[in-house]
Amino acid sequence: MTGEVAVLGAGMHPWGKWGRSFVEYGTVAARAALADAGLDWRDVGSVVGADTVRGGYPGYVAGATFARALGWQGARVTSVYAACASGAQAVGTARAQILAGLADVVLVVGADSAPKGFFRPAGGDRADDPDWLRFRVLGATNPTYFGLYARRRMAVHGDTPEDFARVKVKNSAMGALNPYARYRKRVTAEEVAASAVVADPLRLLDICATSDGGAALVLSSMDFARRHGVAEPVRIRAVSTVTPRYPNTVLDLPDIATDSSVAVPPPDETFRASIARAAYEEAGVGPEDLSFAEVYDLSTALELQWYEDLGLCGEGEAAKLLRDGVTALGGRIPVNSSGGLASFGEAVPAQAIAQVCELVRQLRGEATDRQVEGARVGVSANQGLFGHGSAVIAVR
Amino acid sequence: MVAGWFTGEGEGFRLLGTRCSACASVFFPREDVFCRNPGCPGGELREVPLSRRGRVWSYTDGRYRPPSPYVSDPELPWEPYALIAVELAEERLVVLGQAVPGVTVADLAVGMEVEVVPGVLNEDAETVWTTWQWRPTGVAA
Ligand SMILES: [Zn+2]
Repeated sequence: MTGEVAVLGAGMHPWGKWGRSFVEYGTVAARAALADAGLDWRDVGSVVGADTVRGGYPGYVAGATFARALGWQGARVTSVYAACASGAQAVGTARAQILAGLADVVLVVGADSAPKGFFRPAGGDRADDPDWLRFRVLGATNPTYFGLYARRRMAVHGDTPEDFARVKVKNSAMGALNPYARYRKRVTAEEVAASAVVADPLRLLDICATSDGGAALVLSSMDFARRHGVAEPVRIRAVSTVTPRYPNTVLDLPDIATDSSVAVPPPDETFRASIARAAYEEAGVGPEDLSFAEVYDLSTALELQWYEDLGLCGEGEAAKLLRDGVTALGGRIPVNSSGGLASFGEAVPAQAIAQVCELVRQLRGEATDRQVEGARVGVSANQGLFGHGSAVIAVR
Repeated sequence: MVAGWFTGEGEGFRLLGTRCSACASVFFPREDVFCRNPGCPGGELREVPLSRRGRVWSYTDGRYRPPSPYVSDPELPWEPYALIAVELAEERLVVLGQAVPGVTVADLAVGMEVEVVPGVLNEDAETVWTTWQWRPTGVAA
């Protein structure tokens, strides 16, 4: 396929609360990815950074910050911001540059130093910002929305808090096998049930934490990979960065209300489902071709929603899929073999890149104890605040 | 803090949105600049009161104090309140709001009818910030 690019290297900085600058995490991840690729930093023709606004560095910066830390060498530079989809847009940008012939080798980096506690909007009185408004007018934190989705699934599909806890039990078991995960302890259903309620019906162990972390990829043209002696690299076959379609009828972060469907009927599929479909169409594969998936489990209940949005099962059937062990390690399609956000926590600009790192490890057969047997096709799925889609399909 | 989101008192209290004169799309919070329907050439956006009653789409609460800019007194223990997403049939949209004080998640169910009533978001010596709240119908204030 003409649309493919090679993944030559993947690298990460362990997730945790390290209290250091995001520059350090990103640079460690970048050096690891370059070493994995067997390339010198000076071989890189372009660097794409997923932006952060935190970590004590002024403004929305990334690409040039990492380039400076690695040593100025004149590479083309890009910085992208798309909230949780920043990493996917960075991968998408790198891929476009390679396919357009603007660069042979591109380094993609995302890293963050997360604040303590709930995410919150930037300061000041900003009534023109929906993110500011939901906090000021309603006190609606991110877990508020996760709670709404979870309760809705319980009412419509009959999911139970025990089903949600099962997601955490599954992901923590896989995260325990990942040296880059922040939480490396297996969690039991009893421990989830005993944790404090954060946003009814979700408890502390149903909701992902915030973390520091970094992830990086070295991408290249297929020609370069061959010249570099990598005959069968992991290939990225699709990057979906679609926006929603009007009217978006599922109440979504950070909005206080949905679009109205009074004038235009709602689209046949939800925004999340359209993110997956765009990736499938671009890659020429379907859910039946997948070996495994990495999804954005901001909450346990949200992971179940992704099963349906990815087409792993029909609407309302996610809890059954989980209960049947289909999405566990050893099942037909393991989900979040990395441990997911349940084990990592959110390091916003890094997470979508970290998902692709897991795709690469699995497709190379290098995932050690958490290896998905015979992995050939993997998808990562994610969604960025304010209508940023994010999915990547990688193949071997 | 935000002008023109609601109006009236008691039984006359209403959320205010806008309606596009070209395609009839309704917007809440009010959209005064451009119609967001991609198939609409753009019409005049006129203020319109929203339905008083709707049905619970989902609900939750916040057991931990939200960060600023939500205003709460850090000296007082945190009292969780419920948040309700309400489906308005006529406007075909869902609006999130706080439940009236005293209504907890234990009192709510998806599909239950609720109505919009005026409430207090917070107050200091000079100002009372008013807001909208959802209350199950048949519950006295
Ligand atoms: Zn219109």
